[in-house]
Amino acid sequence: MVSIDKTNQKSIRSMIQENKSSRSQSAVMEKVVPKIFLICAIISIFTTIGIVFTLLTETFTFFNRISIVEFITNTRWFPFTSDENADFGIIALIMGTLTVTAIAMVVAIPVGLAVAIYLSEYASAKTRKVIKPILEVLAGIPTIVYGFFALTFVTPLLDKVIPGGISIFNALSPGIVVGIMIIPMIASLSEDAMNAVPNSMREGALALGATRFEVAMKVVLPAALSGVIASFVLGISRAIGETMIVTIAGGSRPTADINVTESIQTMTAYIVQVSQGDTGYGTTIYYSIYAVGMTLFVFTLIMNLLAQFISRKFREEY
Amino acid sequence: MPLINKESVKKRMGSRIAANGFAKFLFILATCFSLLILGVLIYRILSEGLPYLSLDFITNFASRMPERAGIWAALLGTIWIMAVTAPVSFILGVGTAIYLEEYAKKNAFTKFIQINISNLAGVPSIVFGLLGLTIFVRLMGLGSSVLAGGLTMSLLILPVIVVASQEAIRTVPREIREASFGMGATKWQTIRRIVFPAALPGILTGTILALSRAVGETAPLLVLGALAYVAFVPENLFSQFTVLPIQLYNWTSRPQEDFHMLAASGIIILMIILLIMNSIAVFIRNKFHKRF
Repeated sequence: MVSIDKTNQKSIRSMIQENKSSRSQSAVMEKVVPKIFLICAIISIFTTIGIVFTLLTETFTFFNRISIVEFITNTRWFPFTSDENADFGIIALIMGTLTVTAIAMVVAIPVGLAVAIYLSEYASAKTRKVIKPILEVLAGIPTIVYGFFALTFVTPLLDKVIPGGISIFNALSPGIVVGIMIIPMIASLSEDAMNAVPNSMREGALALGATRFEVAMKVVLPAALSGVIASFVLGISRAIGETMIVTIAGGSRPTADINVTESIQTMTAYIVQVSQGDTGYGTTIYYSIYAVGMTLFVFTLIMNLLAQFISRKFREEY
Repeated sequence: MPLINKESVKKRMGSRIAANGFAKFLFILATCFSLLILGVLIYRILSEGLPYLSLDFITNFASRMPERAGIWAALLGTIWIMAVTAPVSFILGVGTAIYLEEYAKKNAFTKFIQINISNLAGVPSIVFGLLGLTIFVRLMGLGSSVLAGGLTMSLLILPVIVVASQEAIRTVPREIREASFGMGATKWQTIRRIVFPAALPGILTGTILALSRAVGETAPLLVLGALAYVAFVPENLFSQFTVLPIQLYNWTSRPQEDFHMLAASGIIILMIILLIMNSIAVFIRNKFHKRF
């Protein structure tokens, strides 16, 4: 009896078939996979569309109840009262935000720039290797920790230092701490810009007898100016959008007057205050956080686009 | 008559060198100021937070009485949020990066996506909270749940992961791709077996750093309606939750000194978590990073 080994024959046939099907499978994969990744990429676009759509529609509802003219021109923000007495003047919140941002920049720009110049022009490679990671740690600290620091350390300290004292919630303390938070960002972005300036330019200036300080101020800084200014603008954008530090240490009293020792409220802090309270869905106050969010979004978007424009337009190529 | 008046040069040189020295002193002072701040911050948190720090503090729920309060619910809430955020943001972020680096043609649409991503990175986190509140909480009806919070956080850190992954993919040299194509591999096979493994350390480092940012983020989840006082742990994706930073915010905003000390203890835990995550990221970067 000769038994025909059918299994073997089958397996060759099936091997061919398997090979065919795996080829067609991989051909399918070649077509499907890029589409899947494209969908991933499109989700980021949907995020932007979602943000703009959300803010626009809810803001629109808000402007149906409160006129846009009042929103922009009224200087009082006093929403938590009966509807007739409520004031929705965004200027009060904008002033709070700008006050904090201005204080932050007064702290962050000189210190951040000085750190950048030190790291790129004076420090040895070894020193840089030690300091840069420490600055990264400073940049990675959550804002809630900075807020705690502002309320429990900086405010009491200022209260002792400033004659006449300072109220427990004020603009100065969160302003300073937001500035501290932004120092690493300005320092590292500015340093990157300065590092991009070729060494031959430094050496040329040094050979002509310039001191290191003169090299930094008259050669490197002008050459890196677009990147440095862009870092300032990004810092401003960050300060405008900062939430927890100003919520914890800034208080909740919106005012258009500038008095840094008194309580203020920023746009971000207002949004948090409303979402922490028990405001019902559909009330004017509920819609107001979208109008405030829209204003905030527009402010930071302008700053970000400005930074991109500056670094692209005024970049000096070497 | 000498061409150069040595005396006047010397005189001016002295003041210029003095200016240089003074400026250098100021620059070092500014750098030391930044380092000093970090030192003061850490010292303050340790000195305030250590007294309350104990095992009970970790395993207890929040309480009205400071000596019995703990962070258990917040800690588990943070873990739940991360369990949603990590896979979602990783898949979407890496997918986007692979598309942009490997498949996308250089056209206006690709450029638009790229610009869009860099602009998203600059949107304040609280605006993402408003997005989540409208889309996930209300429109999709998820409520202030773990799922809504995790998805919002994913969108927040998505741009960071995309940019980091793109940079990692870009460091994979062309030669090894071409070698793979030369062996007859298809594009997807090359990406899956050659490019992705080679870029993975860089991608993981970027992802972990982005996640550590999400762990410390407070504002979007506050807007989303995460609870401030929770005495239970989330049971599933649709449970309500709180996270560590929100618990800390709650304690910090109370007037009593005791709660501030509790907040400091919680901050120590938060910082330890971040430190561990960052160490893992640095470890992966140093250990597995290949230089081609």
